[in-house]
Amino acid sequence: MWYFDSPHVIFGEEALSYLAELKGRRAFVITDRTIVRLGLAQLVIDQLTAAGLAYTLFDEVEPEPSLQMIQHCAGILEQHHPDWIIGLGGGSCLDAAKAAWLLYENPGIDPASVNPFDQYTLRDKAKLIAIPTTSGTGSEATWYAVLTDTVEQRKIGIGTRGLLPDYAIIDPALVMSLPPATTADTGLDALTQSIESYQSTWRNDFSDALCLHAVRLIFTYLPRVYAAGTDREAREHMHNAAAIGGIGFGNSQATLAHCMGHALGVLFHIPHGRAVALFLPYTIEFTVNGGGSRYADIAQALSLPTDNEATGAANLVAAIRDLERQLRQPLTLRELGIDRPAFEQALPELVARAETDTQIATSLRVPDSGDLRRLFEYAFDGKGIDF
Amino acid sequence: MGIKFASDEWMKALKEELSKSDGYRDAAKTWEGDFYWVVTGMPGEAANVHLYVDLWHGECRDAFRATDAAAKTPEFIIEATYAVWRKVVDKKLDPLQGMVTRQLKLKGNMLKIMKAPKAATELVLCATRVATDWPA
Repeated sequence: MWYFDSPHVIFGEEALSYLAELKGRRAFVITDRTIVRLGLAQLVIDQLTAAGLAYTLFDEVEPEPSLQMIQHCAGILEQHHPDWIIGLGGGSCLDAAKAAWLLYENPGIDPASVNPFDQYTLRDKAKLIAIPTTSGTGSEATWYAVLTDTVEQRKIGIGTRGLLPDYAIIDPALVMSLPPATTADTGLDALTQSIESYQSTWRNDFSDALCLHAVRLIFTYLPRVYAAGTDREAREHMHNAAAIGGIGFGNSQATLAHCMGHALGVLFHIPHGRAVALFLPYTIEFTVNGGGSRYADIAQALSLPTDNEATGAANLVAAIRDLERQLRQPLTLRELGIDRPAFEQALPELVARAETDTQIATSLRVPDSGDLRRLFEYAFDGKGIDF
Repeated sequence: MGIKFASDEWMKALKEELSKSDGYRDAAKTWEGDFYWVVTGMPGEAANVHLYVDLWHGECRDAFRATDAAAKTPEFIIEATYAVWRKVVDKKLDPLQGMVTRQLKLKGNMLKIMKAPKAATELVLCATRVATDWPA
């Protein structure tokens, strides 16, 4: 037994106008100052006004949303008592909206105690709409959120199936001015989670279909949007791909590259998509060396030569590295700008964090501590995985 | 000829597999906790079966079938039907996925369980290595 969850998805040009049809009293928009400065928040407010809804704008979301900011936001939610909560922005804003919504519905709950095995009150007070302004995290379609406890200096993962947004609005107009570097980082996040979720031990027929198509779309359209951000057709498909991959990922799980990327991101403050994508080729090689992988399917979907699983994986790795080069991404930790002494000092902590990441359990081939250490070392130098 | 699932002998065999497993030792080296695994609806058993296991920093310190469920008050209790346990041991159901879908009902600190996902995987691997007879 397993479940398939998806928000109601409104996509394509003018998708944002769906907001004008909302029924209710008050919307609470959770976003950051950049989104406000770019005028994207105003686009949402215009639609809410057309719907006759009162609104409150909260624009204090930080790049890595903190537990303390979420608690502050939940307090304001309680004062305004909205019946719609709208997360608007990149993954941080959407995660912040999910977490604040949870606290609003469950006053006093300890976010660190929230887990996928228990059930929580949600939707008694408000429904959640997620509107991404990047094409990559898939947060609009998943039931997870990541917060940072700035007092305890730790990440808090919140995951419960009820946290899935009720609606995801995928409007390409909101990503037309995304800078190339962010386009690359977030697009590679979408690629990594789609490929990993296709290999996850939690994969299923529903997630497979979505992940495989997301990979096709990303390989076709990510180079185009990176080269020409105003390519409207490519932007629209890439924005859809991120949501499609997000639904696939939300109904399966990411795996080893995410474990390693999470560890790297925390210790070296590397953007999430860049970190996970850097490790993806190495973890593909590690996984295929253990047998039983499904990379040939993906290679075939991309029309790459696939005599067998090994050649399929090798050609997929080559294609990913070609794409990463086109997007001017680092292929090794050294290229990322990490020097050898800093790397060696951090290595035990990188290994410790990666091996306690929950997504390691859904990897097809689970590395031991020694394997992980070597994976990081090989990724530092850019060596092919031979174990 | 295998060992009957959920028998005391089966638990001893599991303990032996855990003690031989480098993978488990490495994955669970920082984790500690004891469990009752409760099997409901087991063929030939009038009552629920309680299997006790004590895990300590990569070692299995004790494993047995409890004759008196009140004898221990473990930190964790995982309860599932016989059919579900069989799926877990046959690697047809990931235990974490089983808990998300509530096919496996966990009592105890769930966050602590989630901090050792690799240990759970390795533990199941050890269970698969026990030649098991499944009562019909």
